[in-house]
Amino acid sequence: MASKINKPKLIHDGKRLDGRGPDELREIKIEAGILKNANGSAYLEWGKNRIIAAVYGPKEVMPKHFADPNAAIIKCRYSMAPFSSLEEHGRSGQNRRAVEISKVIKEVFENVVVLNEYPNSEIDIFMEVLQSDGSTRAACINAAAVALASAGIPMKDMVYGVSVGKVDGEICVDVDMLEDNYSDADMPLAISHRDDRILLLQMDGDMSNEEIGRGFDMAVEAGKKIRELQREALLAMYKGV
Amino acid sequence: MSGINTLKGAYIRSALKEGKRNDSREQFQMREIEINREVLSNAEGSARARLGNTDVIAGVKVVVEEPHSDTPEEGNLIVSAELLPMASADFETGPPSPAAIELARVVDRGIRAGSCVDLQSLFIEKGKVYSVYVDIYVLDYDGNLFDVCTIAAMSALMNTRLPKYSDGEVDRKDRSAKLKIDNVVSSATFGKFGGDIILDMNADEEQAADARITITTDGKVVRAMQKGLNGDFSIKEVEQLVDIALKKNSEITGHIKR
Repeated sequence: MASKINKPKLIHDGKRLDGRGPDELREIKIEAGILKNANGSAYLEWGKNRIIAAVYGPKEVMPKHFADPNAAIIKCRYSMAPFSSLEEHGRSGQNRRAVEISKVIKEVFENVVVLNEYPNSEIDIFMEVLQSDGSTRAACINAAAVALASAGIPMKDMVYGVSVGKVDGEICVDVDMLEDNYSDADMPLAISHRDDRILLLQMDGDMSNEEIGRGFDMAVEAGKKIRELQREALLAMYKGV
Repeated sequence: MSGINTLKGAYIRSALKEGKRNDSREQFQMREIEINREVLSNAEGSARARLGNTDVIAGVKVVVEEPHSDTPEEGNLIVSAELLPMASADFETGPPSPAAIELARVVDRGIRAGSCVDLQSLFIEKGKVYSVYVDIYVLDYDGNLFDVCTIAAMSALMNTRLPKYSDGEVDRKDRSAKLKIDNVVSSATFGKFGGDIILDMNADEEQAADARITITTDGKVVRAMQKGLNGDFSIKEVEQLVDIALKKNSEITGHIKR
């Protein structure tokens, strides 16, 4: 988080710096099935975020001793490319932040993928942030969910990711990088589409219980829009086949 | 999961359905908290915290460094956690596991988001600031490392003294200035088993849980949250647990501040 000393005013007359209202998402584009080798894949543009997700599997577990005789295991890698941020050259590979994010995203998909359909096998989910502009973990979850569906992997529910933040004291959905740097709080979420189950929840900053509740409401509203975009991306993959 | 754990897990889950826990605690009852302060004299601050049979020690070292370029007038706070192989048969030597990294980052986030340490008070002169390193060592594991590590880190920070810095030299014999603490946070970690939710899981309960949520508060507002494991919570459940976590804060910080 940047120093609060030079904090710009982020909301003018109820509008955020990029013209959005508090409950508005940035522009989102999703394309499914963009990689040849992977069993499933998706490309996602979310504001200035650019993300590719790929899914391999179900396939043989490597190394073999990780295999579970009752269910598939999921491996998950969230990673930011060294050229992805506006700042300096980032280090490639998994830093501690990426390890933690990979872990919590893995737990999201362990919840919804029907793992016991594929004992002794593994499903790999790779998410690469090519360009980052805030809320990248939420964006990655949306791309990975589409990639999994495009791979034909059975899931008991589709999921979406979205972040909620407290910007200039106001609860807003989908915080971008600038807002995140100066926000009072940030709450990334992953939620199941059908019955609003919370699959990923992180938060830091300061929020009252009432503000958290308002954040959930906004996230669920946003989820309805994301659901449509995910659906359209999957349908478009089969058009012209 | 090994066979014995599967059996234990099934027992824990079925007992919880009748409102019973394997150590006969209430649903939202924490185990006993015991804190010993200033247990190490070389470190600038230290505390050993026990939560039931879980035992951790936090040591603080304060060093003089260059500030980060984006915060030239603030010192640094770095919290890390180590799952020592002596603490459990399940902890192994080698690079930190994703679980250890998650633990350290969640504890760090709570203390940071709680604005507990006045980072501006760590500024010494242009190009020189104090960096406060809090290292938490898990000595004996019986569940709920999130809450006990936050207790240990907070307690150690509260008795941390800054070494004197003058003319480019750090004098660790002169540690008269106390680290300025602006806020005290505590976390409450809940586990979910089917439809049952409990506070402060012991190790047996932890290995049987579907989902986990850690809520760090200062008693007034929520400062950090982290959901873990592959189960899920409803929105309503999260809101109820936030309420309980806010209420538990005074009980836990009562121990920390004593």
